[in-house]
Amino acid sequence: MTQNKAPLLSLTNIVTKVNVGTPNEVSILQGLNLDVYDGDFITVLGSNGAGKSTLFNTIGGGLPVDSGQISLNGKDITHLSVEKRTAFLARVFQDPKMGTAPRMTVAENLLLAMHRGKRRTLQLRRLKQSLPHFKEITATMKNGLETRLSTATENLSGGQRQALSFLMATEQRPDLLLLDEHTAALDPKTSAELMHQTNERVTQEKLTCLMITHHLDDALKYGNRLIVLDQGKIKFDVRGAEKAALTKEKLLSFFDTIE
Amino acid sequence: MSMIVSSIGQGLLWASLGVALFLTFRILDFADMTVEGTFPLGAAVAVTAIANGMNPYLASGLAFVAGALAGLITALLYTKGKVPILLAGILVMTACSSINLRVMGGSSNVSLLGKTTIFSGAFLKSLPKYFDSVFVGLVVIVIITVLLILFLQTNLGQAFIVTGDNRVMARSIGINTDNMTIMGLMVSNGIIGLGGALIAQNNGYADVSMGIGIIVIALASIIIGEVVFGELTLNQRLVAVTLGSVIYQFVRLLVLQLGFNTNDMNLLSALILAICLMLPRLSKALHLNHVIKKGVAKYDAE
Repeated sequence: MTQNKAPLLSLTNIVTKVNVGTPNEVSILQGLNLDVYDGDFITVLGSNGAGKSTLFNTIGGGLPVDSGQISLNGKDITHLSVEKRTAFLARVFQDPKMGTAPRMTVAENLLLAMHRGKRRTLQLRRLKQSLPHFKEITATMKNGLETRLSTATENLSGGQRQALSFLMATEQRPDLLLLDEHTAALDPKTSAELMHQTNERVTQEKLTCLMITHHLDDALKYGNRLIVLDQGKIKFDVRGAEKAALTKEKLLSFFDTIE
Repeated sequence: MSMIVSSIGQGLLWASLGVALFLTFRILDFADMTVEGTFPLGAAVAVTAIANGMNPYLASGLAFVAGALAGLITALLYTKGKVPILLAGILVMTACSSINLRVMGGSSNVSLLGKTTIFSGAFLKSLPKYFDSVFVGLVVIVIITVLLILFLQTNLGQAFIVTGDNRVMARSIGINTDNMTIMGLMVSNGIIGLGGALIAQNNGYADVSMGIGIIVIALASIIIGEVVFGELTLNQRLVAVTLGSVIYQFVRLLVLQLGFNTNDMNLLSALILAICLMLPRLSKALHLNHVIKKGVAKYDAE
């Protein structure tokens, strides 16, 4: 199935190597091509070492590409720094410790994220004025986060921290949202809750989102498109009705063919 | 009595060092050794400028700029040159000792005898003995603390705090952590340079060796403030540094009264700091928390 409109994000022939110039040089991404369209909610599958995290780091700007081009809305962003990319891109990491500032409060974290990608000036932060808004958005996570706005995030549970990270990534609408196994470190119940909230928010706000997961069920249940990475390339890419018709058995038998 | 007033005055003058180091040690979360070089640098610059007839306020401002420039070099070595921060600080500190001698025209000690300093004003002269340093110290530390508290409440200040708290997250929301680190090191070392200028004017001379042990004294004010006052907000912690600095001077006075001399002070400072740093461990081992909190602990505590 092809789309007529231009892609939001376009990766063309991306090659990303690590340990360049040493005997351990390895190509992680080997000529990867991917077009992401506005409103896509893509679940990303792949075994360990397939290049999922490298793909995210490449899109995020943390890893320089060795060749190929990344463009957003037709504009070349291949060499844009991590900080500059945050103007349109938000990420939620797998590790609950990575996405929030531990010694700052929940409200302070949210306030910082409200200015994602913007210039930080000597304007007063006006935390109090934002509290009602923060109370409102944290309440949507339905895990008691709204009662802990003045708690340092290091004192939150893992689930609350990840819910906070997710809110921080989405409160200032990103053009592109990257979820890197953001529920993997949580217990099954908390994980399912956050997954549910994630889906609500992404579909309601029509966010364009890539989500890495190891849960085949989640990958099938959520999103309008599913891709499988293997040896640095996209080996499987289904969308729409074709994805809806996909079953776990078919997916598993596909995994058998690539191994 | 006059000794107590003198200790308060010294505590207030030295407090600016503790507050400056708080920016790097507690907020950016690393120990910046540059201060051992920027403190005498500020002193040397101010004293030489004053000795050559410059207005003492302008000379103190110049000391701030000199300190900030030294901080800039440490910051560039660390952020752009990828030199480990401890080593970057030691490099600039070492380089400063040569520069300080150059600034002071090759002599290791320059006197301000007969020159007009901040402390020469008619108003300060009219105060009782040692109250001049209390007054100057208080004015300077209040200005610095208020400005810093205001700064930390701004969007830029918050970006600065989060840089020390979680660098990865800071970058992921678009904060240029290198720039924040550079800014922090410049402001911190600028204040240290200013502190050097004030203390040199108060002493009446600048000496190339006056930087030795500075980092320990500054850290001691921070740690004593934290140990004595416990859980505080960030703003309160900044104020606690000044109180910690005054307490440190009292301890110093006490130690001198016990018969030690000023040459022993660096050893004793290190000892005091070492004990304070180990206090959380010691209190756990000796169940001090239990003893101290007995009677005030809440019944619903776990």
